[in-house]
Amino acid sequence: MKTDRDTATRLLTQMMQIRQFEDKIMELLAKNIAEGGSHLYAGMEAVAVGAISVLRNDDYITSTHRGHGHAIAKDGDLNALMAEILGKKTGVCKGKGGSLHLADVSKGNLGANGIVAGSLGIATGAGLSVKNRKSGQVIVCFFGDGATNNGIFFECLNMASLWKLPVVYVCENNLYGMSVSVERACAVQDLTKKAVAFDMKSDCVDGQDVLAVRDTVAKWVDYARNGEGPSFIVANTYRYYGHSRSDPRAYRTREEEKFWRERDPIKIFSNRMVEQAILSAEDVKEVEESVTKSIEEAVDFAMKSPFPEPEELYTDLYA
Amino acid sequence: MREITYRQALNEALKEEMERDSSVFLLGEDIAIYGGAYGVTVDLWKKYGDARVLDTPISENAIVGVGLGAALTGMRPVAEIMYIDFIGLCMEQLNNQVAKIRYMFGGKCKVPFTLRTEGGAGRTLGAHHSQSLESWLMHIPGIKVVMPSTPSDAKGLLKSSIREDNPVVFIEHKMLYNIKGEVPEGEYTVPIGVADIKRTGKDVTVLTYSRMYHFCMEAAGILEKEGIDIEVVDLRTLLPLDMETILKSVRKTNRVIIVEEDCKTGGTGAEIGMKITEEAFDWLDAPVVRVAGADVPMPKSPVLEKLAIPDTKRICDAARKILNK
Ligand SMILES: Cc1ncc(C[n+]2csc(CCOP(=O)(O)OP(=O)(O)O)c2C)c(N)n1
Ligand SMILES: [Mg+2]
Repeated sequence: MKTDRDTATRLLTQMMQIRQFEDKIMELLAKNIAEGGSHLYAGMEAVAVGAISVLRNDDYITSTHRGHGHAIAKDGDLNALMAEILGKKTGVCKGKGGSLHLADVSKGNLGANGIVAGSLGIATGAGLSVKNRKSGQVIVCFFGDGATNNGIFFECLNMASLWKLPVVYVCENNLYGMSVSVERACAVQDLTKKAVAFDMKSDCVDGQDVLAVRDTVAKWVDYARNGEGPSFIVANTYRYYGHSRSDPRAYRTREEEKFWRERDPIKIFSNRMVEQAILSAEDVKEVEESVTKSIEEAVDFAMKSPFPEPEELYTDLYA
Repeated sequence: MREITYRQALNEALKEEMERDSSVFLLGEDIAIYGGAYGVTVDLWKKYGDARVLDTPISENAIVGVGLGAALTGMRPVAEIMYIDFIGLCMEQLNNQVAKIRYMFGGKCKVPFTLRTEGGAGRTLGAHHSQSLESWLMHIPGIKVVMPSTPSDAKGLLKSSIREDNPVVFIEHKMLYNIKGEVPEGEYTVPIGVADIKRTGKDVTVLTYSRMYHFCMEAAGILEKEGIDIEVVDLRTLLPLDMETILKSVRKTNRVIIVEEDCKTGGTGAEIGMKITEEAFDWLDAPVVRVAGADVPMPKSPVLEKLAIPDTKRICDAARKILNK
């Protein structure tokens, strides 16, 4: 796929939005302005941004407990997302969901999930619905390496393959599920092999390279849209922050962290765009500054927003 | 007496039981290198290694199933399910296999299996990390359900649970790990199935457990200044219930308030209140009152989360009301 100036700007903007959004949340957590903790997507931006960039607006995604990046990339409203994380009335879920449950069904984001592997059923069911309705939509289902050890993962992959559902399963392999490495948790290290048991097509991609993610996911989205069935993509990536704010990260080395930080998806992409003269260094700087402004606005909006009224406790339970 | 935290007390119980009995081993997510999501198993892996402190994949149903298999065949496993909210993922193994196997096999096997987990609201983690699901478990004959409120009970009850030849679901509370309390040095246990009258009083019996116990004690202090003297009974074990202690208190005060964090409908109070009605109706001067959680999924927003669970004020109001004061 060729990258024009507009596309490059869009990809860079989204990745920077996610990075700065997450850095800001970390700051708000440290100041106790944000409560309850959040799983941050910093370091993994290229996966969500690259994958979602090839979708139609009416395509669906399902997300994870690490869901801010997916939500932003699926056309999320920064103000409403930030407000949601602070539990405010103006949040995208009226302050009822929070970080772990960011969702915007109107934009095809079927939600983050507090349960690891909890959205595999939703994605697979959405695939069944799309197939029955013949709507031509595609579902991208994000989940982590850790999620591939949960029963529902196997049950869903089997169904999707059996029924040829238009679902692209994107495994974000960041080497750890909380503190447990893939090495200590998975009997098979090459996670693409997990698709073999279901005779499902699989692929592997450098998750720090947004263009590579884009190309790979585009191929399998087309495959799904053509009615050929599901696929399983492993995107190799890394999360910069600990699992939670108090995580001493004893299960990984500082050298490993350094190695991955040198493969920063934003740096890789912006350098390449400048080298290829698709963007200028000034363009990159401009994007960064405008993103900083929009994140500041989002924080300001969220902080000034009121909390939900007490009556809200009992609303929204049933339709 | 020395004071330690609820977390440290639990850690000591695990360590002591592992020392005492080589068939005791731990399994669960992030319990080894990480020391548990809430730090209960900290340092145990360093001491005992993978053979006895086992990090598992994120496979809750299998954690419980594997625990059962090990328990049936000579081991004494202590499994950890990180949040009680994930219990749904292993309910098949827990409800159909763990709880029923001894009975189905005509009593010809034992299941010395402890399943530790933690629950409750308070950290604004939203609907998947804040639930109180103990009433689901109370509905399963064949398991025991323990919910300690203080460090000393936590330690003594965990030791008893590990030594118990029946499956025990041991539910901690995420807001209690840092509380400190007196814990005796050296060996002791607290029996399963025995409630503890932690504050004697003559006007109202307040039945409670886990974090709500602390709210009730706060309420007791406020009410005392108004001349209301409540008796706070910490149930400690929900299954089997210590009806003897409960009924003795009811016959003394003739009024009962049940304070529970879980959703009111079909909650623990429903069962406890009904049992009291069945067994001590004639002793009651007023209908049994429940102060309970709202019948909604736990909302994220800190203001709504506070409203969704009982607080000291609601407990005080209930006491005043039941006494017409
Ligand atoms: C069913 C379930 N088990 C355990 C947890 C606790 N938990 C939250 S995130 C996490 C690790 C998930 O690892 P992975 O799927 O690799 O995603 P990552 O966090 O690395 O993005 C765990 C164990 C949970 N939320 N749900
Ligand atoms: Mg992972």
